[in-house]
Amino acid sequence: MMIEYQNIFTRVQVHGPDDLGVPMKPGNWPREKGITTNWLLGVIGDAQVGPVYLGGLGIMSLLCGFIAIEIIGLNMLASVNWNPVQFVRQLFWLGLEPPPAKYGLGLAPLREGGWWQMAGFFLTASILLWWLRTYRRARALGMGTHIAWAFAAAIWLYLVLGFIRPLFMGDFSEAVPFGIFPHLDWTAAFSIRYGNLFYNPFHMISIAFLYGSALLFAMHGATILAVSRLGGEREIEQIVDRGTASERAALFWRWTMGFNATMESIHRWAWWFAVLCPLAGGIGILLTGTVVDNWYLWAVKHHVAPVYPFDLTAPVADPAAAQ
Amino acid sequence: MKLSATTLTASLLVTVIGTLLVIPMMLQWERPPMESAQWGFRGLGMEHIVNPRLAARVKAANPLPTPDDPVPNDGVLVRDDHENYKNVQVLGDLDTAQFNRLMGAITLWVAPQEGDNAGCAYCHNVENMASDEVYTKVVARRMLQMTRAINTQYKAHVAQTGVTCYTCHRGNAVPANIWFTNPGPRQAGGFAASRNGQNLAGQPVPAFASLPYDPFTPLISEPGGAIRVQATTALPGNPGPEFKKTETTYALMMHMSTGLGVNCTFCHNSRAFSNWEQSRPQRVTAWHGIQMVRDINANYITPLAGVFPANRKGPTGDVYKTNCATCHNGVNKPLYGFSMAKSYPELSVPNP
Repeated sequence: MMIEYQNIFTRVQVHGPDDLGVPMKPGNWPREKGITTNWLLGVIGDAQVGPVYLGGLGIMSLLCGFIAIEIIGLNMLASVNWNPVQFVRQLFWLGLEPPPAKYGLGLAPLREGGWWQMAGFFLTASILLWWLRTYRRARALGMGTHIAWAFAAAIWLYLVLGFIRPLFMGDFSEAVPFGIFPHLDWTAAFSIRYGNLFYNPFHMISIAFLYGSALLFAMHGATILAVSRLGGEREIEQIVDRGTASERAALFWRWTMGFNATMESIHRWAWWFAVLCPLAGGIGILLTGTVVDNWYLWAVKHHVAPVYPFDLTAPVADPAAAQ
Repeated sequence: MKLSATTLTASLLVTVIGTLLVIPMMLQWERPPMESAQWGFRGLGMEHIVNPRLAARVKAANPLPTPDDPVPNDGVLVRDDHENYKNVQVLGDLDTAQFNRLMGAITLWVAPQEGDNAGCAYCHNVENMASDEVYTKVVARRMLQMTRAINTQYKAHVAQTGVTCYTCHRGNAVPANIWFTNPGPRQAGGFAASRNGQNLAGQPVPAFASLPYDPFTPLISEPGGAIRVQATTALPGNPGPEFKKTETTYALMMHMSTGLGVNCTFCHNSRAFSNWEQSRPQRVTAWHGIQMVRDINANYITPLAGVFPANRKGPTGDVYKTNCATCHNGVNKPLYGFSMAKSYPELSVPNP
């Protein structure tokens, strides 16, 4: 059995009596009994499905989310004149645009961004309710609230993009449209309009944490898998009771890079890297257009952007200035 | 645990489905090798990348024309030969031999087919060549004025190469690449959200992105303000154009890129799109090109709205107009810089 752990895919499915979890304190809804097992899910995770705790917050969140998706989807369908074939074919291109600048922060007519505002409201309500749910469920299980705060970091970036920054800019036309390619085109246009986001230091920091998260995830995942044949997957116990797996893993990293995280601190590393990615990104977006209008020029001003030699034998000048 | 039949089946199924999904995607890709040239300071990504196989296809689609042999002058100007030439409003200053050579060339450039409404008859009532009754003759007259205006007033764009009717027409009565106001396919009315002239699949103008599919109507249908969208100062203070205008300009740039077969760095240094000092000189040429198409669309083509029949107009009733691709046809210098206009100097003089 031990040798199976060397495989990079989960090869062991443990089946036992249904696990209903710890007893619930008063004030919680009674726990659902609907438990089933699924072999395919067991390949990528736990084979036991359920019990699901829906609760009032869950129901309201799903309802708000459903309304938001419904508004977005039906407007996309309307944009291809209710043609279901075109809806499927063009789905990635279809979008729901925010109001034009002339409506400022006020309510726009439905045709011109009103639906976007409504979808945004319900989507935000859904996300915030779901956040509350992650907080409350963690508390109900006697857990820490790390998951809720990590989720809050992502919600911060979402709110900056769609609400807080438009608020500072004075109109919702600055916000992101709904839609797969529309929001990607918006991203490219946003960078162009505000003078190249690559020169935004918070964008740089955000990317460093993004790539760093991927690196840490790979290092940690690989380390634990590599010592799982020695009991390394019981990493939480090994925080206080270092076994041979933990010691070998630690020595591996000291051998190769002179320093190792501990079984505990590696999770803090991962949590902070992941959380700081949208946190820094959100700050960078919030400063764009409100505090800095052109990041390239800002970077030149502060000697961030290097100056490269250009062909001075054929200088290029703005032809509009010559007119 | 041994590898069970179910695991094997599931893995195979996933592999097969994955492969099937990837293959059609890969068919859309261009295969290496590409040819690349460095056009700016190292490390800036100022690269020109060409797919030689696609370039060969574009080259085959842009054959170089053969100008007619020169003919000796008759010694008589068209405007002096009242007996044979009537109602010649633009080309009266030509020698009659040159006039007839040009008329023959225009026939081959614009309506080379044979038949009742082709050849000379595409524009003329062959019973009375002076008559303006065929609408195409009125259009052709204005187009001759336009050609002369381009070759004399827009040297900053067409340089010494110049243009002739062939640059755009290439043997077609209507040039292959034209534009008209595009309302897009029908969308639901009422209070359904407007798609705001964007977010559709299969639109070649913005290079199949979900960007606005008609950047021409707002940006190049008439002389107007700058298409610039980027902030001009590091800090806020000069409220620039509305954010959404960025996507319209972006779409026009995508058209320019596909229309000329070049990428962004042909003109721009993409680290600072708006910066002129770091741009290539081609950007200045392109800037004059934008002014040129605006002028010819507004002053030479749109005023013919009353002359063109309905089948030469877009769905909203505007006439077919020009954009970058009308002349360029996928090549950064139309016809690879071959100057047809040199052989027809009468097209490069100011209008009377």
